[in-house]
Amino acid sequence: MRSRVPHAHRGRGAPAGNPPARAPRSRGARQVSTRKRRGDGGVAYLDVQGTLRERTVDALRDRTLRGNLDSATTSWGESRDAMRSDYGLDEMRERAREIRRSNIRNLPALLSEMQAKVREAGGTVVRAVDGAEACRYITGLAQARGVKVVAKSKSMATEEIKLNEALEDARIEVVETDLGEWILQLASEHPSHIIAPAVHLNREQVAALFREEAGTDDVPDDREGLVAHARVRLREKFAEAGIGVSGVNLGVASTGTVCVLENEGNARLVTSQPRIHVAVMGMERVVADWDEAAHILQVLPMAAIGQDAANYVNLITGPRRDGEADGPEEFHLVIIDGGRGALRGTEFEEALSCIRCGACLYSCPMWRSVGGQAYGSPYSGPIGAVITPLLEGPSSPASRDLPFMSSLCGACGEACPVGIPLQDLLVRARARSSSPATRKSGMAFRAWSRLWRRPSTYRAWMAGWRLMLRARGKDGWATDLPGPGAGWTQVRDMPTRWPPRR
Amino acid sequence: MRVMLMRTCLSEAVAPSVWKSSRRVLERCGVDVKVPRAQTCCSQPAWTAGHPDQARAVARHTIVVFSGPEEVVVPSGSCAGMVVHGYPEMFKGQPEEEAALDLARRTIELTQFLAKHDLDPGRGSRGPVTMHDSCHMLRVMDESQSPREALAKAGCEVREMQHTDRCCGFGGVFAINFPELSGRLGEEKARAAIESGAREVVSCDLGCLMHIVGVAHRQGIPLRARHVAEVLDR
Ligand code: SF4
Repeated sequence: MRSRVPHAHRGRGAPAGNPPARAPRSRGARQVSTRKRRGDGGVAYLDVQGTLRERTVDALRDRTLRGNLDSATTSWGESRDAMRSDYGLDEMRERAREIRRSNIRNLPALLSEMQAKVREAGGTVVRAVDGAEACRYITGLAQARGVKVVAKSKSMATEEIKLNEALEDARIEVVETDLGEWILQLASEHPSHIIAPAVHLNREQVAALFREEAGTDDVPDDREGLVAHARVRLREKFAEAGIGVSGVNLGVASTGTVCVLENEGNARLVTSQPRIHVAVMGMERVVADWDEAAHILQVLPMAAIGQDAANYVNLITGPRRDGEADGPEEFHLVIIDGGRGALRGTEFEEALSCIRCGACLYSCPMWRSVGGQAYGSPYSGPIGAVITPLLEGPSSPASRDLPFMSSLCGACGEACPVGIPLQDLLVRARARSSSPATRKSGMAFRAWSRLWRRPSTYRAWMAGWRLMLRARGKDGWATDLPGPGAGWTQVRDMPTRWPPRR
Repeated sequence: MRVMLMRTCLSEAVAPSVWKSSRRVLERCGVDVKVPRAQTCCSQPAWTAGHPDQARAVARHTIVVFSGPEEVVVPSGSCAGMVVHGYPEMFKGQPEEEAALDLARRTIELTQFLAKHDLDPGRGSRGPVTMHDSCHMLRVMDESQSPREALAKAGCEVREMQHTDRCCGFGGVFAINFPELSGRLGEEKARAAIESGAREVVSCDLGCLMHIVGVAHRQGIPLRARHVAEVLDR
């Protein structure tokens, strides 16, 4: 089954209870996009179809998507620019960078401290080498406690380890409780942005999904009405859930506290209402103490969407203690390595500083043009293009093309609040790719290198090229270049004389 | 004052007038310009395509060709950025590291050079233009004022386009690997340029210009393109 979101070309506002079918595409269009792996259950994990380039072409055709992305990214960018001058975001970035670099350098010590403190507070800590191990632990826990429903909130890490799928396989119901995530679950899609997962959808599209889910037309389509509707539906689920699973924005080693930032208040319910709270944390998300945490917790929402503070900052240290009014009876912290540890001390180490604010995504012209879906990985945008191949290995499909989907314009590195030189990392990620395409271009560049390191062969090549250009040109323009030039003349002409003729 | 001029491979391949204009502009300012005949390319294509060994082989040649005490002037923010920012990374821990750092220190983009030495190319210029800030000039060389100052001194009116700091979608091999996406961004840029009211887009980078004007021509947008050196030269 494919995405069920009613995009514009499929007819907007289709009747409730009648999933709008994807209209036949124009001739030659491929049905790429994304496809759900399982037919039911509404879990948002997907198989990715088509090459990355095909998926970008598909996304570029979607005008509604374009409009949705444009309006969101423009307003976030404006708010962030205001923050930049009002709060001195640029100066704050220097300190954030230092903090995160020292965190990564001291990672093993910080993690042991974190682990000890969580245990002291009465929690359980599990170190998982990979996603499979983490999923086994969490499903095992649910089965051991007889839990049938799991409520989830705010977690890219669980997206990465495919937790929903693992729970489903164990016949445990999973409910996404953040509005955006829930929308995607209904739409059978995966997040397109780290902090605003459904940013690629608009209000009408969401209303149609809600009507379908509720089986009634009686769902308002204004913003407040939609949020109120979702709130009622989701609260019903909280009452049933035996385990609440959350992500972790930051772990504070000195006290063993996990911080979960959010704007809706659902993470608060997920981490306090069910009997058991499982927090899933990538191993690099730890800071030393509250001084550092306070700084990062400020920078994060500012860089993210130009917000001066998150609406809710949940600080959780262990399970409920005697005399406390709320909180879970059990607290489990699952710390995932998943390939991260191996990056320390390498040329990619700085990628571990990422605080997942999403600023690099919406500053990226590629992401703005095609959205996160086209990347086909839980982490999209520039940071996704760097870390997905690292986490999945140099011969993975992701490493074949993701690092190449960038013009290296540098807008991402400029936006990053912890100063990760993303464009340099992208170039290094390209060098690391061992796909057939890279090997092929490697051969071409070996020839290039031999010609261009000697003035004589270089001159000869240049003379030949200019002859070819002149021969191909008509009225000063070439419109169908051979070889590697074919990609050039697919969408643009090549001036054969300069200045170009008009 | 004596400098070495980097011709850049794109200029040689498509628009020799760019490096020739650069030389004339510098000479008009009283600068003694040496154009090393043995030069080839800064090696950026291979470097950004993910082939550092092939890039290093070409860059070594460039380091040798441009050795000396003179400043190296480059009529491209992108090639200058490659030398200034890329070479130190490329040769980290390599035998050529010192020479690479030395070249990086001496390398400067054309309009930055004019601004740094307060040189005035001084010549009247026809018609208003709009300026595209190429990404590498803007973010690697951290520069947007120098070309505007040079144009203003030459009596050229710059009409700013919307989002001049946004990428035009060229990106070297990116333009070939993802033509549709690259073309879409180029089209946005060409439209923004023409909406500025100017008919001509100017940039410090020939790659961007070739791409923008190429998309414009394909789309029937009546946009002209000139390198900043050519505008200063006319
Ligand atoms: S790489 Fe930087 S900008 Fe991108 S998500 Fe991470 S912290 Fe934010």
